[in-house]
Amino acid sequence: MPDLLAARSQMAMSLAFHIIFAVVGIGMPVLMVIAERRWQKTGDSICLDLAKRWAKGTAILFAVGAVSGTVLSFELGLLWPKFMLMAGPIIGMPFSLEGFAFFTEAIFLGIYLYGWDRISPRAHLWAGVAVAVSGAASGVFVVIANAWMNSPTGFDLVDGHIVNIDPIAGMMNPMAFQQTLHMTLASYAATGFAVAGIHALLLLIDRTNAFHRRALSISLMLGAPAAVLQPVSGDISARSVARTQPAKLAAMEAHFETAASVPLTIGGWPDVERGETRYAIKIPYGLSLLAFHDPHAVVKGLNEFPREDWPHVPIVHTAFQIMVALGSYLALLSLWIGAMAIRRRDLVSNRLLLGAIALSAPMGFIAIEAGWTVTEVGRQPWIIYGVLRTADAVTPMPGLVIPFILSTLLYCFLGVIVAWLLYRQIIRSPKPTEWTRVYSPREVARG
Amino acid sequence: MAEVGLSDILAAVLAFSLNAYVLFGGADFGGGVWDLLASGPRQRRQRDVIAHALGPIWEANHVWLILAIVITFTCFPAVYARLGTLLHIPLSLMLVGIVLRGSAFTFRTYDSQHDATQRRWGRIFASASVFTPVLLGVSIGAVASGRLAGNGTGTFVQQYVEPWFTPFGLSVGLLALVLFAFLAAVFLTLETSDRQLCDDFRWRALVTGVAVFFVSWLVLVLSRREAPLVTEGLLGSRWAIPLHVATAASAIGVLAALWYRRFRLARVGAGLQVSLIFWGWPLAQYPFLVPPDLTVEHAAAPDTTLKLVLIILGVGAIVLLPSLWYLFQVFKSAPADQETGHA
Repeated sequence: MPDLLAARSQMAMSLAFHIIFAVVGIGMPVLMVIAERRWQKTGDSICLDLAKRWAKGTAILFAVGAVSGTVLSFELGLLWPKFMLMAGPIIGMPFSLEGFAFFTEAIFLGIYLYGWDRISPRAHLWAGVAVAVSGAASGVFVVIANAWMNSPTGFDLVDGHIVNIDPIAGMMNPMAFQQTLHMTLASYAATGFAVAGIHALLLLIDRTNAFHRRALSISLMLGAPAAVLQPVSGDISARSVARTQPAKLAAMEAHFETAASVPLTIGGWPDVERGETRYAIKIPYGLSLLAFHDPHAVVKGLNEFPREDWPHVPIVHTAFQIMVALGSYLALLSLWIGAMAIRRRDLVSNRLLLGAIALSAPMGFIAIEAGWTVTEVGRQPWIIYGVLRTADAVTPMPGLVIPFILSTLLYCFLGVIVAWLLYRQIIRSPKPTEWTRVYSPREVARG
Repeated sequence: MAEVGLSDILAAVLAFSLNAYVLFGGADFGGGVWDLLASGPRQRRQRDVIAHALGPIWEANHVWLILAIVITFTCFPAVYARLGTLLHIPLSLMLVGIVLRGSAFTFRTYDSQHDATQRRWGRIFASASVFTPVLLGVSIGAVASGRLAGNGTGTFVQQYVEPWFTPFGLSVGLLALVLFAFLAAVFLTLETSDRQLCDDFRWRALVTGVAVFFVSWLVLVLSRREAPLVTEGLLGSRWAIPLHVATAASAIGVLAALWYRRFRLARVGAGLQVSLIFWGWPLAQYPFLVPPDLTVEHAAAPDTTLKLVLIILGVGAIVLLPSLWYLFQVFKSAPADQETGHA
């Protein structure tokens, strides 16, 4: 395995792993706050149990996310020292802010987890809100740093060196708003539907279980609105990509020749050598409409760029299709759920709907991984778009396949165990003997 | 002395955040060491005290390391790139340790309470707590020894192994381990109200306190040959004598406080002593961040960046300090094992 490929694979794997924890760390605190608020208003003890379970889930995932995040902050230097040499003084800003948001989240999560009997209910709820807000803020700051890599601003390039740095302008880059909006909504949709899907599955088995019913309704309150808004945010993002990174858009759509009135390509397999996409469905004027809101707009094709500046078209195109397909499924499903809710129908009595929700459990996360594949692979061969090539940023250290294999094994091990723990701690319906443990793990440990 | 610039202020902040990591993160690592070495009739209860002391705060302490990393890559990008390249091996291994330790602790807390499962996680947690500090110390030793010149020539071993795999580097690794164990033992005396348990940790603190003295000597002796900058600073500079006097005074103070069971005093003294030992390193190699060539001034990012980072640090402190204060107010309570039930 060549060193560059090993480094890219290690980075891709670390991010793919970390993002799951980051996303749950953004979404799950919202669930726990909604559940606590409901408990305080209605006195429903199931909601209290849910709030505690979700708080515990947040704690487990936050802890694993904290270590995988620490790893990433090192990996940037271990794998891409020349990138950080150039970019550090600019993207260090959002990373510093992220550090503070992360610390705030840790503090208030500690207060939330251990403060049930030590502070007033009101203060406790607000501590939960602080966890949710700072969790979302850390996500936003990290995505801003990534947006800068896609549309770098806030400096002048003189002889290959970055000068006249303006980190604030760097943070206000043209992709910052679009990407952060898209990612925050994605976090809510993915977490909401993952939780809803699991409980829907359990309701298919045990329809009367009040615990799963409550969990389902709360998680859909978060997931469904986010999933409905997501296509709008996707449209905003796509139009910005068309303007700032035309090569990426062309790869997403497997669009080879510049033309006007371009159709939208759905599915198919791009044949890069022949410059055509076979077996695809084409919707007339679709791409021109989506990218520029004008059916006759000219859309740049890959032919405008030198061959060595193309990203890997089949990967980017396929990943984009997967993201859009799954996102559309979640949005349509949410509309169905919304229609049912407005007519005050019982969601649980409709087995078809429950099945559809159960099926959606992994979809948000797959869509997120696919979406990041589009963003990252679509930017190649650049690490900073138009400024620094990935191949020029990699560490000179040889034998990078070894750290890649090591970290793969480590992440697989962690992934399996986290899944097992979450099942035991959060998803399974509670047994009476477990109540003590929920309240005080330590007591049981001794007893 | 030359004028103090923005870059000097940020280098000082960097050293302070590393100092905080050594104190708080160090005590966490040390807790793991004592978990590994738990022994005697109260073995199980020693481990419970350690787990509970780490419990509420353990995720938070990595923030000091992250802060140091972020300041390094934002304000001193050349340093970050140099260390990331030449210390690839020890830093990667250190990361493996951090990941295993953090996850094992979480899993042990939340996984089944069966003894066998607990022991399995406990072993991973404890062994990672031993080798991670050693690698941290080894990396610091490599920086201090001035071997990270990075001229990009030589064999793989010459470039990526020899700079850190030295007797001096290993001795600094050992020093880090002993310091962390010492800190943890002193801190743990206050985490229990049981006199026998408290005595267990008191003895451990006294023994490691003496060990700190010998290992520090070892480091100093080895530095003569391998890290001349450190020797010069620690023996020749103007601040050398006051630093040594203060360190010695606090060391003796801690041992006396432990002996007479003045544990609060011992805790403060141990924090002071470890900080003083730590500060010997950045002071000795100033103005270099990475000797022999990267100085604070030379490696610094443009002033715009430095100013903004200082502003962010200030604003961040305004949000964080009251939050932290609130956290401590919430937890200001009796020692861990006295609390009852429904937490």
